[in-house]
Amino acid sequence: MDAVAEKTYYGLVAEYESAEDLVRAANAVYDEGFRDIDAFAPFPVHGLPEALGFEDSRLPWMIFVGGCTGGLGGFALQWWVSAGAYAHNVGGRPLFSWPAFIPITFECTVLFSALTAVFGMFALNKLPMPHHPVFETPNFNRASQDAFFLAVESRDPLYDPEAVRTLLEKTSAVNISLVGQEEEADW
Amino acid sequence: MTHDHQILGPEEDELITGKQTYETITESIARPSLDWGAHGKQWFGILAVSFLFVNVLMIAVGWLLYQGIGVWGNNIPTGWGMDIINFVWWIGIGHAGTLISAILLLMRQKWRTSINRFAEAMTIFAVMCAGLYPLLHTGRPWVAYWLFPYPNWLSMWPQFRSPLVWDVFAVSTYFTVSLLYWGIGLVPDIATLRDRTKSKIGRVVYGMVAMGWRNSAKHWKRFDTAYLILAGLSTPLVLSVHSIVSFDFAVGIIPGWHTTIFPPYFVAGAVYAGFAMVMFLAIPVRKWYNLKDVITMTHIDWMCKILLATGLIVFFSYAAEIFMAFYSGDTFEIANTNNRFFGPYSFYYWSLIFCNGLAPQVLWWNKARRNIPTVFAVTITVSIGMWLERFIIIPVSLTRDFVPTSWRMYVPTFWDVTMYVGTLGFFFFMMFLFIRFLPMISIFEVRELLDTLRQNAKAKKEAVGASEGGH
Repeated sequence: MDAVAEKTYYGLVAEYESAEDLVRAANAVYDEGFRDIDAFAPFPVHGLPEALGFEDSRLPWMIFVGGCTGGLGGFALQWWVSAGAYAHNVGGRPLFSWPAFIPITFECTVLFSALTAVFGMFALNKLPMPHHPVFETPNFNRASQDAFFLAVESRDPLYDPEAVRTLLEKTSAVNISLVGQEEEADW
Repeated sequence: MTHDHQILGPEEDELITGKQTYETITESIARPSLDWGAHGKQWFGILAVSFLFVNVLMIAVGWLLYQGIGVWGNNIPTGWGMDIINFVWWIGIGHAGTLISAILLLMRQKWRTSINRFAEAMTIFAVMCAGLYPLLHTGRPWVAYWLFPYPNWLSMWPQFRSPLVWDVFAVSTYFTVSLLYWGIGLVPDIATLRDRTKSKIGRVVYGMVAMGWRNSAKHWKRFDTAYLILAGLSTPLVLSVHSIVSFDFAVGIIPGWHTTIFPPYFVAGAVYAGFAMVMFLAIPVRKWYNLKDVITMTHIDWMCKILLATGLIVFFSYAAEIFMAFYSGDTFEIANTNNRFFGPYSFYYWSLIFCNGLAPQVLWWNKARRNIPTVFAVTITVSIGMWLERFIIIPVSLTRDFVPTSWRMYVPTFWDVTMYVGTLGFFFFMMFLFIRFLPMISIFEVRELLDTLRQNAKAKKEAVGASEGGH
């Protein structure tokens, strides 16, 4: 219980000067067995999610389901309207004239997939989130510009402030800080 | 020195020029969004003039709503006049944005990075202008929602077999998806602005729009997935939109409309017009905002090549149309072609051939593609040419249909013209507001490009070093 009370802060955050340094450090920390880690960079760094051991393939599946819903829904709507709810016999032409329904079916597929892609991405990233303890890291406003950060979160079972600090010092960190001391651990 | 050139290669050393760091890139792109000082007299001048034309648009639309669409030059048989010409023209311009941002992303064309944001914004504003025309052409735009399928007390539903209803779905989907694509690309850049701005209001507003984006690698990973899938979705979408627009004509039986070549021909024309507009805007903007290191001569050169290629497709389509008209032996198709060549509108047809077919051929020459005034002149010519193309296809085909007793000339009225220049004003007004408040180039993608170019250069250097060591 005491241990939990001690850990009500975000964790240790180290700053790096380049993307390569950050990936190397992330690999080192991951190899030591840490899993509650995160990295922050001003652009998508190649190999960084893998270095963090981050794996999430839910989004493409969500988009697939969204697209199927849109396509089937759009097609079903046209079918129901043209052959059922608002059926008009025009010179004996077939009511269920499915080739004419393809363009709208396609557009509905794209529309629903795109909406799922964007809102799904934000939902999985838990955004919007106006505040997060990592924003308290010194110099963190550079994370959106030219600085690179690696965070080892205090909720990690292996987390030990001294050991983590020593580990981070061995990487090429230019600055290491303890972040989010006053915060509730609710991220 | 010669070594350095070999290492980088002609392709890559010119995508970002000058000595650049993440900070210089961020500074040069973000500054116009954050600092009035970055905007010269040109910005205020263009905004003022375009605002004047926004008012012209409002007057034109107001008068139209008061009087009805009789104020336009449309008549019977020419039911589609400048309203539909401008609809197709604007939506075509929008297509370059999607092509640059989506298709070139899928093809891993790194050079798109400097122009995609700008072109995407262009897409959105162009589609807004485009949408206005069919909306007003309905005559009663306040009941335009009847076009959408929704349960109503009239128990009425749209005719889903009609290309005009396909158009409603295609254009509204296209607008939504373009907005989403542009929007998610903006989020990380707005986070950059949030972290850079010195004004309190800026921090609050950009902070809200950035939604707490914190540049987490995990977020970037999902962001990349969504971005790539959106690109994959937008690619067939953009092809479908202009194909469906062409179905509006091709499914009809009017001579000059009823041809199977229309979908690819229209898509190529759209890209052609769109690239012309991207360059028309990018050329002055890169000069005024000192972005020549990011939008380099290489970009201009390569965009010119796309312009040339799509222009040739369009020119080939004109030839194919003529051939098919005579080859078909159809009296009305032949009469329509002769009408284009020698009829009352022949001046516009031959202007079209000059603007779209002949003038852009100058881009075969390297020197022309790297000469800014020449390129700028070609972009204007192509924009005019693409307008003329729709003029020739849409009203001119309608003026002489099957029965000579129903023939009638089409002449646009004052209100047709005011509405057109009004939408031009609206478009430039929105573009320059965008330039003032949002990063006009995707900052995070240019940073990523800088990183990639550096690593490539380093890898090549090592490879060259290793092979030299081996010998």
